[in-house]
Amino acid sequence: MRVVFKTSYDKDIDLHPDWWDRGKIAALLVLMALLPFLVGEYYLAEATNTLIWALAGMGLMVLVGHSGQVSLGHAAFMAIGAYVDAGLMTAGVPWIIAFPLAGLAAGCFGALVAIPAVRMSGIYLAIATLALFVIVEEMIIILEPLTGGVGGMFAPSIMLFGIDFDRYASLSNFYWLVLVVVSLVTWAYANLLRSPTGRSFLAVRDSEVSARALGINVTRTKAVVFGLSCGVTGLAGALMGHFISFFNYELFSIFISINLLLVVTIGGLGFIQGAFFGAILITAVPQMIAILRDGLNATVGIDLGSVPGLDTLIFAVILVGFIIYEPTGLYGRWLKMRAYVQLFPLARRDMFRRQKTYLKTERMR
Amino acid sequence: MSLLQVTDLAVHFGGVKAVDGVSFDVEEGEVFSIIGPNGAGKSTIFNLISRLYEPTRGSILFNGEELSNRPAHAVADLGIARTFQNIELFDHSTVLDNLLMGRHGHRATNWVQDLLFLPKVRTEERAHRQKVEEVMEFLELEAYRDKMIAGLPYGVRKVVEIGRALAMGPKLILLDEPASGLSVEESQDVAFWIEDMRRDMGLSVLMVEHDMRLVTQVSDRVLAVANGRSLALGSAAEVQNDPEVQAAYLGSDSFLAAEEGVA
Ligand SMILES: Nc1ncnc2c1ncn2[C@@H]1O[C@H](COP(=O)(O)OP(=O)(O)O)[C@@H](O)[C@H]1O
Ligand SMILES: [Mg+2]
Repeated sequence: MRVVFKTSYDKDIDLHPDWWDRGKIAALLVLMALLPFLVGEYYLAEATNTLIWALAGMGLMVLVGHSGQVSLGHAAFMAIGAYVDAGLMTAGVPWIIAFPLAGLAAGCFGALVAIPAVRMSGIYLAIATLALFVIVEEMIIILEPLTGGVGGMFAPSIMLFGIDFDRYASLSNFYWLVLVVVSLVTWAYANLLRSPTGRSFLAVRDSEVSARALGINVTRTKAVVFGLSCGVTGLAGALMGHFISFFNYELFSIFISINLLLVVTIGGLGFIQGAFFGAILITAVPQMIAILRDGLNATVGIDLGSVPGLDTLIFAVILVGFIIYEPTGLYGRWLKMRAYVQLFPLARRDMFRRQKTYLKTERMR
Repeated sequence: MSLLQVTDLAVHFGGVKAVDGVSFDVEEGEVFSIIGPNGAGKSTIFNLISRLYEPTRGSILFNGEELSNRPAHAVADLGIARTFQNIELFDHSTVLDNLLMGRHGHRATNWVQDLLFLPKVRTEERAHRQKVEEVMEFLELEAYRDKMIAGLPYGVRKVVEIGRALAMGPKLILLDEPASGLSVEESQDVAFWIEDMRRDMGLSVLMVEHDMRLVTQVSDRVLAVANGRSLALGSAAEVQNDPEVQAAYLGSDSFLAAEEGVA
């Protein structure tokens, strides 16, 4: 087991306390950057898709995992990002300007929506955000001259400094672009969590009354979380638009919202890493089901292709399984396995037994 | 002028007159205790000062400023910190982070600077950390620095909550039953800390407590309340010997417990 000797407060403030940790992150980044040389077109496209999902997942994670609010409407914010980005680019705005504006638009809209929404919580907030989703979906159809309505819209290919980042013509470039965006957002997210702003999110999540007593403006904090969350999700939507190239409102269906919730809960609520684990799962499972299905068909002759809703069923089973057996998600499971190996052979079974938290009865009294 | 001036304070919940015309004031550097049987309205007085409840009538002046004009989150800015009777910590954060959250009122960076983690954020973090370490040293919490609240024993959590309030660097600290559920030794620690808060940190303390030994040991003045009204105000001995106070406790099972100091 490695022990970090802390010689100054900076060890706790730094993102990575020592060279070993920094090295691991650097190695991961290098590996990710080299991916276009290591895998074929098909898997590179899958990796790009996974990164975009991880980005959207980080957007929802800050809301659900770090501030304890829920949203069933995040597909709407992806849509806003995608349409603003594609719309501005169609009007001739270069990507480098259109993309941040897309995030800003989704973020401002989210913060605006938050003002009435922050008074709600739990199921009420879920329903309110669901209603918002329906409104945005209808708006997209109604605003046909801008959005192409039911017919759909084409996301122009990205040109930057004369280099082509088109998703089909030069997938590697597009992948790198996505990787840079995802890395920057991850870095900013990690910064947030080690700063007063991130701590105020956790405070609001765990006890609103004591947050108030500490001088935290709960309403404002929730609005900031909503804005950040929706902004990042909007960025992911914009990239998703480019990835799909030609899309209409159906790309951002309610299932996207639900899948995003799966990403954060299965991945591990409250961990940045959780968004990545969840995104890998959500993009890999349909592939694995397809491979299994084809395999079964080819070897045993059982054709599951005609079974409708198989993917959904498997997802649902996975979700229920996680909620019952591993509420800390894939990332939580990973932490436990790592601790087991590090402490080997000293790890004990009940080391990770869930702590009984003291019952909270009359709050404030 | 007193630091805290409470005049004819009242709050009614439907028919329940939880607090019904209580007046008292806390001088600078004073330890002021409120005692009374369960349900007397003691915690409700705290919640009124914290602006978690809207008073039905009355006024609360802090340093001459009316609190009723402020939202709950603006009370801390004035220098009022508090603990809760049923510990309200951030369970899924470490002791260190809980104490750092107490520094929120002193933050000098906004969320954009935080996202970019500009050098200023680091400088500020170091300063907050320094202050928090002082508090941890004072309360002997160093051993728990990186432990999650959710796994800590009850007694330690109580102390962490006091620590979080102290980290705010307040002028007045409100302690709601700081010794309830603590062992005799732990209560003794609390008594020493309260003495030090007053003497070394120049704090004023407003405390709700059942443990009469602790109350007698640290309080300058004691206010007894029952059914939302004040019964007696004076030194601990005077209040304890007041016939009305004794009558209020009679029939209430907290009387004996309060006498023995184990409630
Ligand atoms: N939010 C509330 N709604 C209704 N009744 C309340 C509320 N808060 C306190 N009360 C009532 O006010 C009375 C005083 O409560 P409290 O201040 O908690 O007593 P204690 O002196 O034991 O701290 C109790 O009868 C309690 O039920
Ligand atoms: Mg009480």
